[in-house]
Amino acid sequence: MKLLTAMLAGLIYTSLFFISIAQATENHKVGQKNKEFTVKEIKIKKGDSIEFVNEDPFFHNVFSLSDASMFDLGSFPQGGSKKVVFEEAGEIEVECAIHPNMKMKVVVEEKE
Amino acid sequence: MTSTQHSHLSITKLICISLLMLFGKASNAAEPEQTVFKAGHSSLQKWLLPDVAPAPDDNQITEDRVELGKRLFFDPRLSGDKNMSCASCHSPMFGWSDGLGKARGNKSMLLGRASPVIVNTGFNDIQMWDGRKATLEDQAIGPMRAHEEMNINIPDLITFLSTNQDYARYFEKAYPGQEIGEDTLAKALATFQRTLVSNNSPFDQWVKGDKNALTKQQINGFKVFSDVKKGNCEGCHQAPNFTDNGFHNLGLASFGDENPDLGRYSERPLRLMKGAFKTPTMRDATLSAPYFHDGSAGTLREVIEHYQSGGFIKTNLSPNFTAANLSDQEVDDLIAFMESLTTTPKPFNLPTLPLTH
Repeated sequence: MKLLTAMLAGLIYTSLFFISIAQATENHKVGQKNKEFTVKEIKIKKGDSIEFVNEDPFFHNVFSLSDASMFDLGSFPQGGSKKVVFEEAGEIEVECAIHPNMKMKVVVEEKE
Repeated sequence: MTSTQHSHLSITKLICISLLMLFGKASNAAEPEQTVFKAGHSSLQKWLLPDVAPAPDDNQITEDRVELGKRLFFDPRLSGDKNMSCASCHSPMFGWSDGLGKARGNKSMLLGRASPVIVNTGFNDIQMWDGRKATLEDQAIGPMRAHEEMNINIPDLITFLSTNQDYARYFEKAYPGQEIGEDTLAKALATFQRTLVSNNSPFDQWVKGDKNALTKQQINGFKVFSDVKKGNCEGCHQAPNFTDNGFHNLGLASFGDENPDLGRYSERPLRLMKGAFKTPTMRDATLSAPYFHDGSAGTLREVIEHYQSGGFIKTNLSPNFTAANLSDQEVDDLIAFMESLTTTPKPFNLPTLPLTH
């Protein structure tokens, strides 16, 4: 009986582990430094998030007007950060409204 | 640099630990050098500008292109009534602006904004008060075509330029084998504007190492300019051209008008951009009063007084705008510094224009 319980528990444990892995989402960090995003392009999976971190001594903003994801994270100072989850697959242009030369692309791919 | 961290809710410590192991690569972008207020110091070299603004590959600067662009820039026949040239609003006599609070256009129509200074605009990443044009080539035709401004039918203008023997010759020299059209017209005008450069002010000479180029008061003013707890000017008026090529609502009184000018919002409909306008250069500012996009400040002192006030309409102030709290001495020092940013204008030779045949 004990053996059966142990095997059952092991099965549940293992199942939950793989379910968790299958559902895992990632949070990617992208900096804003010297009036540039620290990467020009990033590939992520649907459901992942990006946390934008301002490393400059003045405010930055993050927004996108792309069809696949429209958002405006407002503005935040040095050391501040804002996170956004990407729920749809597609290519998304991300900019800083204050400094329009700051641009990057987020490529959101379907989960395998 | 990016760093990646797994943060999904997990049910086992194992997963948590695995995820946490993937934490963090720190950003390794170069840290800006701390400013040292000493003539010629390496930390200051970021402020220097070349003698000519950079040009795109398909419109490199040549003498013939500059000369053609200069003629076009000063030719009033580029307007519908044949009485307004680009130089009407961007005149060398007014620091490449017009000395007016708001510009006058076609048939003396009052325009909504001040004529922007075009000195050093070739160094900027984005053009116009609202940034609706990216390059000087993109920008060039707009004011000619605009009913409120020069109001000319562009095909008629191209016909004039093509049938005028002298202009046809100048175009052929500047752009051999290329058609006279909007493209070459815009390119020539852009090329001329790239030569309008202010880069040899007393401040520039001090940056290059001339200890006597700035007074002690002007150096103190530079410190006020740079200090985030004092003027905090450098947050937006950044090196090398004293602009961040960015957009800010400064809380000007005109933002409280009925149907105010929303500025950058027309291009980027985000709340932050309502009433935001492009940061202008501070170079040659002494030559081009009045100031702000609405011409509401008559003097540099009035500009600083506005910042001291913390803004008039505060409903959508730029987060980078902070109320300055400067002493009278610091205000004087800051003005003295701003005065040091003017390059002594050289004599400017006006072009002779092709006669109408």
